[in-house]
Amino acid sequence: MSLSQVITRDLRLALRQKSDAATVVLFFVLTAALFPFAIGPEAEILIRIAPGVIWVTALLSVLLSLDRLFMADYEDGTLELMILKPLPLELTVFGKVVAHWLISGLPLIVACPLIGLLYGLPLEGLGVLLLALVLGTASLSLIGAIGAALTLGARRGGVLLPLLVLPINIPILIFGVAASDSGLSGDPVKGPLMILGAVLLGMLFLAPLAAAAALRQAME
Amino acid sequence: MALFSGRDLACFRGGRQVFSDLTFSLDAGEALLLTGPNGSGKSTLLRLMAGFLRPNAGQMDWSGSTVYDDLASHQAHLQYVGHLDAIKGVLTVGENLRFWACRDASEQRLGDALDTFELAPLEQVPGRLLSSGQRRRLNLARLIAAPADLWLLDEPGVGLDQAALSALSEVIRSHRDRGGLVVAATHTDLFIDDARSLQLGTFSASNLPELVW
Repeated sequence: MSLSQVITRDLRLALRQKSDAATVVLFFVLTAALFPFAIGPEAEILIRIAPGVIWVTALLSVLLSLDRLFMADYEDGTLELMILKPLPLELTVFGKVVAHWLISGLPLIVACPLIGLLYGLPLEGLGVLLLALVLGTASLSLIGAIGAALTLGARRGGVLLPLLVLPINIPILIFGVAASDSGLSGDPVKGPLMILGAVLLGMLFLAPLAAAAALRQAME
Repeated sequence: MALFSGRDLACFRGGRQVFSDLTFSLDAGEALLLTGPNGSGKSTLLRLMAGFLRPNAGQMDWSGSTVYDDLASHQAHLQYVGHLDAIKGVLTVGENLRFWACRDASEQRLGDALDTFELAPLEQVPGRLLSSGQRRRLNLARLIAAPADLWLLDEPGVGLDQAALSALSEVIRSHRDRGGLVVAATHTDLFIDDARSLQLGTFSASNLPELVW
């Protein structure tokens, strides 16, 4: 078992159960599409709220997909056997998070221009929005992995998970929306983007360690 | 000096003492059968040996050094077949087995593993269509696909037909001939020759902690 095997296995599993991944991106598109109906068609208001709506919806979509991250492998005994393998559990966790982002983070970003079209966003600002989303959703997946691992053994873990993860996600939301707003209005975007990048780098290191420790605890 | 041994092991689960003062030792080529009534701690002892649990007291050694000094390398030379089978319903039998095979496993070895437990005709069948006996056989095939020194088997005979049972005892025999170790919890006869036996105690109410209402 190697890192690439862990990733390709999770991708293959997702490809054969397409409805799971489709649910997440469908939720994202449908929820974001509802706001213009509720708020009305004024162009300035839509452009003003677009980054916030996209980020909140993306955050909730990632949250929606998190309980699947380890649960299936926990219930059928796969995690136990993964612990026995020579590949360090931290790397296994990293592989699973990479696969999780490819399955439920990346499709959101691909669907984002569609939402942009709906809200009449100028094309120039879209690049910054997408870049911020790449950095942000990757961090959301990593932080979510810690929460998913911590709530694994708990009853009603599905309720606990958002409570645990949402407060930590708020800085990502704030800086993500700040970067996207600045990008749309032509202001400098370097600051918030760099903070998003820094959070991602920190989480790339911390999240696998923390999630692996929580998984070992859940195995007992 | 025994290759794999445990001294004075004690384990508590949920405040209840599962067993205490448990001692075992195994040399290369030896087999240990864990017997005892339901709830006597056979599975718990196997999970302890696999390093999923830590004993509340006592020591476990592998070839002279304690396993908790380097748990990862202890876990790298064992194979565990438990009650959960880790079979993905959407992956085929071949794909399921290939994932658990060791990295340098040849096609030859995978073929051997499939043939031994008569899984070759099922190689392209998705895991969700397997019967419980077939799932068990696919799990046992891991023992051949990813060789390890120590086999920890939790009720390996459950759900197996006569042919698979004799295949299993044949596999265990040749594993021991190569110097491998086997620890198996079982209620049924696995036809293992000259195996040591460890009788685990009975569940008793005196082991329960005082309940405060």
